[in-house]
Amino acid sequence: MRLTCTVNGEQRETDDIWPGESLLYVLRERMGLPGSKNACEQGECGSCTVYLDGVPVCACLVAAGQAEGRSVATVEGLAGRSGVRTADTMPGGTEIDGLDPVQQAFLDAGAVQCGFCTPGLVVAVHDLLRRIPAPSDPQIREALAGNLCRCTGYEQILAAVRLAAMRGSGIGTPP
Amino acid sequence: MTDLSLHGALHQETQERVSGGVGESAGRPDGTLKVTGEFAFSSDLWADDMLWGATLRSPHPRARVLGINLGPALALPGVYAVLTHEDVPGSKLYGLEVVDQPVLAIDEVRYIGEPIAIVAADHPETARRAIDAIRVDYEVLTPIVDSEAALQPDSDLVYADRPGGHSADGNITRHVAVRTGNPDATADVVVTGDYEVGMQDQAFLGPESGMAVPAEDGGVDIYVATQWLHVDRGQIAPCLGLPADKVRVSLAGVGGAFGAREDLSMQIHASMLALHTGKPVKVVYSREESFFGHVHRHPARLHYEHGATRDGRLVFVRARIVLDGGAYTSSSPAVAANAATLGVGPYIVPNVVIDSTIAYTNNPPCGAMRGFGAVQACFAYEAQMDKLAAELSIDPVDLRIRNALAEGDRMPTTGQLVDSAAPVAQLLERVRSRPLPPSTTGEDGEVDLTTMPGGVSNTTHGEGVRRGVGYAIGIKNVGFSEGFDDYSTARVRLSIVGGEPTVMVHTAAAEVGQGLVSVQAQIARTELGIDRVVVLPADTSVGSAGSSSASRQTYVTGGAVRAACQAVRARVLELAAERRGAGYSPGGTDLSPEQRSEVGGPLEGPSGGAADLHSLDLITLLGDEEIEETVEWRHRPTYPLDPVTGKGDAHVQFAFAAHRAVVDVDTDLGLVRVVQIDTAQDVGKAMNPQAVLGQIHGGTAQGLGLALMEEIQVADGQVRNPSFTDYLIPTILDMPPMQVDVLELADPHAPYGLRGVGEPPTISSTPAIAAAVRAATDRPLTRVPIRPEDIVDLAATSAL
Repeated sequence: MRLTCTVNGEQRETDDIWPGESLLYVLRERMGLPGSKNACEQGECGSCTVYLDGVPVCACLVAAGQAEGRSVATVEGLAGRSGVRTADTMPGGTEIDGLDPVQQAFLDAGAVQCGFCTPGLVVAVHDLLRRIPAPSDPQIREALAGNLCRCTGYEQILAAVRLAAMRGSGIGTPP
Repeated sequence: MTDLSLHGALHQETQERVSGGVGESAGRPDGTLKVTGEFAFSSDLWADDMLWGATLRSPHPRARVLGINLGPALALPGVYAVLTHEDVPGSKLYGLEVVDQPVLAIDEVRYIGEPIAIVAADHPETARRAIDAIRVDYEVLTPIVDSEAALQPDSDLVYADRPGGHSADGNITRHVAVRTGNPDATADVVVTGDYEVGMQDQAFLGPESGMAVPAEDGGVDIYVATQWLHVDRGQIAPCLGLPADKVRVSLAGVGGAFGAREDLSMQIHASMLALHTGKPVKVVYSREESFFGHVHRHPARLHYEHGATRDGRLVFVRARIVLDGGAYTSSSPAVAANAATLGVGPYIVPNVVIDSTIAYTNNPPCGAMRGFGAVQACFAYEAQMDKLAAELSIDPVDLRIRNALAEGDRMPTTGQLVDSAAPVAQLLERVRSRPLPPSTTGEDGEVDLTTMPGGVSNTTHGEGVRRGVGYAIGIKNVGFSEGFDDYSTARVRLSIVGGEPTVMVHTAAAEVGQGLVSVQAQIARTELGIDRVVVLPADTSVGSAGSSSASRQTYVTGGAVRAACQAVRARVLELAAERRGAGYSPGGTDLSPEQRSEVGGPLEGPSGGAADLHSLDLITLLGDEEIEETVEWRHRPTYPLDPVTGKGDAHVQFAFAAHRAVVDVDTDLGLVRVVQIDTAQDVGKAMNPQAVLGQIHGGTAQGLGLALMEEIQVADGQVRNPSFTDYLIPTILDMPPMQVDVLELADPHAPYGLRGVGEPPTISSTPAIAAAVRAATDRPLTRVPIRPEDIVDLAATSAL
């Protein structure tokens, strides 16, 4: 099976796909985009959250063929789109230009430990802040209830969302 | 070190010139890669021409394997190899402490999910189909599934011939006894309780995975998510029939660990397939397979008797603890020791009798999980303390404080002197003094559903909701105990790279999410006063770092990195002195010969003051030269437990945390909402405050999970809920706001005074929540996780 879709703004054509493959598998194993993670592969953990036509989905629950002709944005596509660089990066961290403000806030707030949930959470938070620029804590909790994290106890993830929201503009549109 | 003015001056300069040192919330070197999706976890690895491995697992908890037919699997196109125990090149068995676990089942399977055969194929789906095509003939046997029954003398045996020949012990994996004072002591007031802890799963998010690549020298290169590279290699190499130097293990990105990566999973299997096919082989467990692919927290049954005087002084504690170790030994022996030696909690008790026993059964094997034996005991002894307080009409926190262990006391179990801070009373006072959250139970007006048990499921508007508050405190040993040679190795190199002084730190210590890579860099910055530090990937080309477990890695590998940095610094200062003798004048500092000899000797850390390298013109001094030192560093020794009395200086360090939980319980539906959980913990020195908080938050969340939702349900040896749909871990909706008090009471025996941080939060959070739910419901709740049916009186409800 051949799949043609737009991924992170680029037209991609992938051949020899077995029809049983998920979008997650194709992204990770055939397109060289392993940023979206494979923690449960049944839509419970949110680690594989990507945008599909601008709507966040669990890529593990999307059959590859369902992405035909559509637009996919993954965590790999978020950096470098906002052009905003925040000044208060912690010492010792690696700074790169153009991290999305959500990504930068995750670093600054200590929301990253093992990092396996991070890509999915970054996409989910990106979506939340596009919809609700200044969410309340209950809104944040409801929006992220589908993203499991086993390391942080979520406190610093909440802090990251508040920080990104407080810093205001700069959330890029997904590619 | 006597020249205080030198220390003082240079110490201050270090503080000013280098940021990102010890005590700061330095950023993670791997952070940017992790937020952009570029960090390579073990499941992200890819190689040209690689194959996918898959594992056939036993559907029976106990069966004889009569025959295996591989033919249909081998006939499938795209299948490159199908291997069984007959293909294991070397030792057929491996194990962490006892070599008793078959690489692939030989003639018997002893737990559900035990690996029987492995496949390599060109696509994961092909590999799965090949697994399905393998035919195994079993003679199904009656499994031994009750840990207490397994310990009876007439029990059927999990091992007819136990590896190591200990069949006389029946199904006992290990029994640890503690005897202190009078075993028959009597008291004014006695409370008795029977408690149970369910089987918890570490539920790391990154499934077991990795890649094995055959090497030209006949060896294999393994990239895997693990907690201890060298002990992996020590088990892998004999099974592959290879010398250790032909098995090179590198740490791939680790998606959480929590103890579940101490035992091997896919390492030997992938290596066998790679060596057999000559191709790289990648293995990634699914979530379901992951539930069978690692050990779990031991389920426990605990019988406790606490005796006290009328005024609330503990007179005795007697306990019988039975832990279900499942089919193989794993780290059970050390878990048994923890449950026993930490089994009365951080209290002074003159008379103690504890028997802690681990049984072999045909249940899933259990081993390491955060808290490691201390969790189970703490749930029981803290429930007992509340029961005793109620019996004596004493406030539960006051009762604890009245009996609190303190620095200078001896452990009531082992007799070991507690020779650094043990702020048990202080931690309890601190959580008690925190303001309580306002009531969220609606009386008349509007109710915010998000604050109700059941949340926006709209199950209550406050009717039937009761609030409860509960307290608990726990104790944990830090580091490997009982005489284990616990050490770490660090290699530190200083050179000029791209015109800048650069420090490379190389250890084999596993970064599992806790932030060890940050801490290693921070230590190097502080010790050497150099900003640019690169932490190299962990692998077996440097000496062992020991395990990223037992809350030990910052202590032990941190100690090793510090020592190696000090050795590098001493050599640089020597070099500077030599050059100066030859007419070279290093910038700035003019050390006297006495000062030189001092800084060349044993060096104190920056807390004690230190000479640093800032004042030297390192670029001119070093030129192309590299200064490299490798140091093996040990904490102070520990000693075995007396086999009869459990006495001995068995532990390196003790760590303490206290929790207060506030819950709202819908008593009609049995739903619990934790409103707030507050904690106080002594960390000795917060090496990286942000990371310390992360450990405390995350550890508390896992304790909340055990209190309210997390249990692998095992019936007749079968796992009934191997998925994230059925095994629930806390979500962001389940976790309440936390107030955290971090104390820094330096331990003079530890590097920088630090105290292990990772485990204590997981220990006291569970019993604090259980106590709060008891307070809200007036039910005994002697088992965790607490289920709705434990809260709601189903008999009474059905009678309505």
